[in-house]
Amino acid sequence: MDDSVILRAENIRKVYPGTVALKGVDFNVYKGKVNVLVGENGAGKSTLMKILSGVETPTSGRFFLGEEELNHLTPKSAAEKGIGIIYQELNLFPNMSVAENIFTNREIMKNPGWIDHKTQEEKTKVLLKRLEQDIDPKEMVRNLKVGQQQVVEIAKALAEDVNILIMDEPTSALSKAEVDVLFKIIDELKTAGVSIIYISHRLEELIQIGDYITVLRDGSLITEKPMEEVNLQWIVSSMVGGDSGKIFHSGDRNIGEILLEVKNLGLRGATEEPLLKDVSFSVRKGEVLGIYGLLGAGRSETLETIMGLHEDAAGEILLDGEPLGPPHIRTRIRKGIALVPEDRQREGLVQTMSVSHNLTLAGLWRIVKKKFHINRENESGSVEKMFKGMSIKASTPFVSITSLSGGNQQKVVFGKSLLTNPKVLLLDEPTRGVDVGAKGEIFNIMNDLARDGLAIVLVTSELKEIMAICDRVIILSKGNVTGEFDKDSMTEEALVNASAVGHMTTSQRMKGRVS
Amino acid sequence: MSSLTKRDISVGMVLLQLRTVIALVLLTAVFTVLVQSSRGINFLHPLNLITISKHVAITGIMAIGMTFVIITGGIDLSVGSIVGLVGMIAGGLIHEGLVLNIFGITIYFHVWVIILICLVLGVLMGGVNGLLITRLNVAPFIGTLGMMYIARGFANIRSGGATFPNLQGKAELGNQGFPILGAGKIIGIPLSIWLMILLLLVTLYVSRKTPLGRHIYAIGGNKRAAELSGVQVKSITTIVYMFSGFCSALVGLIIASQLVAAHPATGESYEMNAIAAAVLGGTSLAGGIGTVGGTIIGAFVIGVLSDGLVMLGVSEFWQNVIKGLVILAAVILDQTQQSMNARSTEAKDKKSQKESAA
Ligand SMILES: Nc1ncnc2c1ncn2[C@@H]1O[C@H](COP(=O)(O)OP(=O)(O)OP(=O)(O)O)[C@@H](O)[C@H]1O
Ligand SMILES: [Mg+2]
Repeated sequence: MDDSVILRAENIRKVYPGTVALKGVDFNVYKGKVNVLVGENGAGKSTLMKILSGVETPTSGRFFLGEEELNHLTPKSAAEKGIGIIYQELNLFPNMSVAENIFTNREIMKNPGWIDHKTQEEKTKVLLKRLEQDIDPKEMVRNLKVGQQQVVEIAKALAEDVNILIMDEPTSALSKAEVDVLFKIIDELKTAGVSIIYISHRLEELIQIGDYITVLRDGSLITEKPMEEVNLQWIVSSMVGGDSGKIFHSGDRNIGEILLEVKNLGLRGATEEPLLKDVSFSVRKGEVLGIYGLLGAGRSETLETIMGLHEDAAGEILLDGEPLGPPHIRTRIRKGIALVPEDRQREGLVQTMSVSHNLTLAGLWRIVKKKFHINRENESGSVEKMFKGMSIKASTPFVSITSLSGGNQQKVVFGKSLLTNPKVLLLDEPTRGVDVGAKGEIFNIMNDLARDGLAIVLVTSELKEIMAICDRVIILSKGNVTGEFDKDSMTEEALVNASAVGHMTTSQRMKGRVS
Repeated sequence: MSSLTKRDISVGMVLLQLRTVIALVLLTAVFTVLVQSSRGINFLHPLNLITISKHVAITGIMAIGMTFVIITGGIDLSVGSIVGLVGMIAGGLIHEGLVLNIFGITIYFHVWVIILICLVLGVLMGGVNGLLITRLNVAPFIGTLGMMYIARGFANIRSGGATFPNLQGKAELGNQGFPILGAGKIIGIPLSIWLMILLLLVTLYVSRKTPLGRHIYAIGGNKRAAELSGVQVKSITTIVYMFSGFCSALVGLIIASQLVAAHPATGESYEMNAIAAAVLGGTSLAGGIGTVGGTIIGAFVIGVLSDGLVMLGVSEFWQNVIKGLVILAAVILDQTQQSMNARSTEAKDKKSQKESAA
């Protein structure tokens, strides 16, 4: 333990109206190391990071950069001191290009007053190449999927000259290959002497990349240890405190007849290459079908098309043998299709409404009396059921949705789709940012729903999840189905290989690693 | 776990949250004193209060429609012009009737029919606003700005810029009774005030207890998330603009009836009063936040302010300056509310920390 501490927080306390988020936490950041921070949803991880990066001011407590005490930190002064942050809730400007986002506030100037777009775009290209992504620097951020936005956030942080880099769940929407690239870069950064704070709910990742681990529970520091001294079991039990939570039970499910059938889906995007070329598959009652693929494979677009979001999509969708009809979201919801979208901030939540109103938004038609009167008892009944079922952590259902921690917001989005009483559940990264305990609960809920005869389509970038719950998995790559595996033929390697078909850069990379 | 509950909120916080009500009470108190001492008139005399409320009803009814528009994240600049045009159409129909040149006849409608025609016209103009915004993707500011010019233009075209006077109607034409809308009273309170109250009650119910209301808030808070939750974003947005057109048409009728005349310039810059009332009442121009109750209080603030200043004999020019200052003060107060909120909980926490340490 002879590593030197570069950033030290002492007795940090943070109070929000209605909650104490941090109850006097000490936190050490070791120089040139990956400092991992774990804890359940709402433990206070993001709050602590926001304080270290000057976004929030602590109610009390002090922190030191080396020997210097930092007072009245603002995002700007933190950046000047070399503290960079990748926020959990993506923080890009949707109406600007990738390059413009990366150079926000640090624009490269040609003559005074003129932004040198060309140089910015070239530099962006280099950065993205380093991350092994072919995203066009001129692309508008609004057209990017969550995972791609995460890559842009990472690129943005890399473009800054940082000593300390905070990464608050940077990989929650990235697949294995993309995570590997990030880890390679983290290693490079470490060699260059950059200290990293890393937050994630993917515990295997932490063990792989971390040097030190700090555990928070309910706003208090539990312990800090070097990573060599701990294992997965230890992390889980110190996070939840004693009993290691509910472990996912994969029960027996009866798989019935075909419920949802998708034939030859096609979808054109803004670019020349179609987003979906020819996607066909079917899901049976009681079945959990996984869809795996890399960024840009067309996973989210497939789900969105089934939901009716894309009016110009080609192909046929049958529910119970009947065509679903024109793409119209409301009708499809009422016919029993529900989607948990990937991007909770942009597509899942209404930020100005309370937790309770968010939960019931999609299923209001089920709780109204005489078609127009919202019945208070029915509503609070449904809300209470979801609070219990999903163990949502909020002081009351009436607080603003934005005051919940990231993982708890995700549970609200999931709960909202369940309250429409669906027959087919389309899940796009439903456990993004959700802690292990709650992940287990969500999986149990999925399992129970499938047992009740629902058909579930699960898009996730976590191989572990696919292996754990899916009865069958199809692989998408560049808008085509490039593989299908059942429970017996499902191996991590097979999935990864099939997902790389058509991605030249990725497949080359995979080969490079094997040899 | 946490010792902070809702009840701990300090007195200061409550005062801030009720700021519009407090502004209203303060203004009323100030004017009561000033008007009494300088003019010897009792500001709180029921007759005076009714007069003020009558003025408030004009702003208030338009502002109710405007509130929903702003909650969806839009704005309706055409309301003042719709007031003017509707007045002119009503005035024309009573005064000249509907002249059908081809048949060489003139039709005089019953007053009820005229009112109905005017309300439908308002709804249709709102509908055009809605379609421009939802189907042709015109920004609300621009779409309704266009409608503002068009409606005002037609108001002038209708009479060549002249006023339609004497809208009492004629017994032989069977179109009497129009002035009742403006002059009629129930238990001593003018109809326009009753209409405002009725509209307030209906919209309060709709905004709190119906899916329609919930959906309007959702659209303003996050359009895309609302759409993915099955909210009919386009139709509901259009309905909201139609309702705003309806409210304006109602106001147009009330004013024409009160004056027993219709002038094409009626309602100029009324859209600004409606917006101001909504914003004073806590509606956020960013969308998703606001209540009709707050808006009506905001309308009363504006009403008390203007009438009070008039009674004090303050010049019209200064009236505008003062109105502007009050609006700015209210909005700045709104901005401070959040940081005050945070600071008061933090101060509280420090105190309780100290107490537990002692
Ligand atoms: N702006 C806010 N207002 C009120 N409470 C807040 C606010 N921001 C966070 N909180 C509360 O503070 C606590 C800690 O939240 P924080 O976001 O730090 O959790 P987290 O550890 O990052 O969780 P997750 O893993 O879900 O991201 C939560 O109980 C949350 O509800
Ligand atoms: Mg967080």
